Amino acid sequence: MMLDAPLAPELETDAGRGPTADAATRLKIIDGDVHPAPRSLADVKAYLPARWREHLDEYGSRRKLGMGYEPYPKSAPRACRRDAWPEDGGNPGSDLDLIRAQYLDAYGIEYGILGPLGVTGQSELNGEFSAALATATNDWQREHFTRPEPRLRSAIVVPSEHAEAAVAEIEARADDPAYAQVFMLTRTAEPLGNRRYWPIYAAAERHGLPVGMHVFGSGGHAYTGAGWPSYYVEEGAGHSTSCQTAVTSLVIEGVFERFPRLKVVMIEGGFAWLAPLAWRLDKLFERMRSEVPHLKKKPSEYIRQHIWVTTQPMEEPDDRRHLFDTMEWIGWDRLLFASDYPHWDFDDPFRAFPAGLPKERHRQILTGNGRAVYRLP
Amino acid sequence: MPRHVVAKAAEIPPGSRKLVQIGERAIVILNVKGELFALSDKCPHRGGSLSLGRLTGVVTSTAPGTYDYSRPAEILRCPWHGWEFDVRTGRSWCDPKRLRLMNYAVSIEPGAKLVEGPYVTETFPVTIEDAYVVVETK
Repeated sequence: MMLDAPLAPELETDAGRGPTADAATRLKIIDGDVHPAPRSLADVKAYLPARWREHLDEYGSRRKLGMGYEPYPKSAPRACRRDAWPEDGGNPGSDLDLIRAQYLDAYGIEYGILGPLGVTGQSELNGEFSAALATATNDWQREHFTRPEPRLRSAIVVPSEHAEAAVAEIEARADDPAYAQVFMLTRTAEPLGNRRYWPIYAAAERHGLPVGMHVFGSGGHAYTGAGWPSYYVEEGAGHSTSCQTAVTSLVIEGVFERFPRLKVVMIEGGFAWLAPLAWRLDKLFERMRSEVPHLKKKPSEYIRQHIWVTTQPMEEPDDRRHLFDTMEWIGWDRLLFASDYPHWDFDDPFRAFPAGLPKERHRQILTGNGRAVYRLP
Repeated sequence: MPRHVVAKAAEIPPGSRKLVQIGERAIVILNVKGELFALSDKCPHRGGSLSLGRLTGVVTSTAPGTYDYSRPAEILRCPWHGWEFDVRTGRSWCDPKRLRLMNYAVSIEPGAKLVEGPYVTETFPVTIEDAYVVVETK
C-alpha cells in the first residue's frame, strides 16, 4: 500500500518529509491518544492466570455498561477507520507493522501514548477480577506494543472502582519507564473527584505520573446527564459533558489542594468547553465559597495549573478565529495533540488544525506540551 | 483536455473500483452498476483516501419519523470521518460548495480508436483488441 506522509507546507522545513527524513531534523510529535487492540480477546487472556481465564470463559465481563452492550452502531465497524484493518483479520490497532507504516512512520510520531479500551478491567464489578484483568491488560500492552516498539508508551490501566488494587497496580508498574501515564475513564461509578479515587491520585502524584482520563466508562451512567439519548451523534456530544463533570468534581472536591503536584489529562472530549466551565465555576465559587472552604484558590486557577486537554476530536467552527480564541482562553500550554488512531474520528496532526494557526503554537501542541506532561525518557 | 488511458475496461467490473495516478493526481475510478465515475481520491476535509471508502445510498427525511432511501451506491463516504460525496457531482452532502471532489469525464474506448491518438498512453500498453478506461483531465 502506498502511504501518504502529509506535512503542512509551513512545517516542511523543520519537519522533513516522510519516514526517510533525517531523524535529527524531523518534528517530533507526541500523540496523547493511540488505541491498541488485541487481535482477539485471546491475546489478553494469555496474560491472565488460569483461575481468571476460566472465570472469563465461564462468567464473562460483568460491567454496568461496556462495548458489548453499546446501544448504537459506532459509525464504522469497531468505531475504526476503514483503512486501518490489518490483512490478518485482526482488529485495527492490533498489528504493529500496520501501526508503524500507517501511523508512526508516516507522520513522524516520536511517542504515542497508549490508551486501551474495551475489556480491560477498568470497571469490572468483581473487584478481584477487575484487578487481574487490568494486570493482564498492562502485561499485554508491554509485551505486544511497547517492548518491540519504544515509540509507543504504555498506560497503567487501573481497576478504577477498587482503589486498593489500583494502587497496587500503579506501584507494580511505576518503576518501569515504559509507562507514561495512569489511565482512567470519565464515566466512573462516582464523579472522579470523589474520595474513593484519592488513593489512585496519591500514587500517581508520588510517581510523577499524569492521570489520563479518557471518555467512556462502565460506571453505569448514561451518555448524558438526563439519560439515554437515541442517536450516536448525541453520544458524541455527551463526551464533553462527561469531561466537564470530571473536571468540576476534581476541582471542587479539593483533589488538587490535597495533591498539589497532580497532573490530569482529559482525553477525547474536545476542549472548547473548558474555558466557559472555568468561568462558571469561578462565578459559583465567589458566591458560595463558604460551602467549599477547603479550596484556597479560584477553580480556574486549579484548572490552569493541573488540567490538560487533548485536542481530538477538535471543534471545527466555521470561523477558525473562534477556535484560536478558545485555545488562547484555555492556554496554549494546556493543549496536547491526540490522533485517536485507529478510530474513525482520527485527527491528522497536520490537517486537523486550521490554516492560520501560528507555527510555534502548532509545534507547541504537537510536541512541546506533551513532553512537559507525560513521563517520557 | 488531455485524455489518459488508465486501465483495461475488464479491470473495473461493476461493483469495483481502482485507484489510479495521473501525474500528481490520485483519482479513484468507480464502476457503479456499469456506470463509471472518476473522482479525486483525497478527501478535502482531512485527507482520507476515498478509494477505501464505502458506497451508500442517500437517506433523507421530510420530517422526524419519516425517511426516504434512494440512489443506492451513489454516495461515496470517506473511510475516516464519514463525509458523504455524491459520485455524480463530487460535491459533499453537508457543505457542497466548499468541500467537493474534482470529478473527471471518464469513458470506455475501444483499443482500435486509442491507438490513433491523441490519447496519453505512454505508460499503458494498448492493444487493438481490448477496451480501455479513459479519463479526461482539465
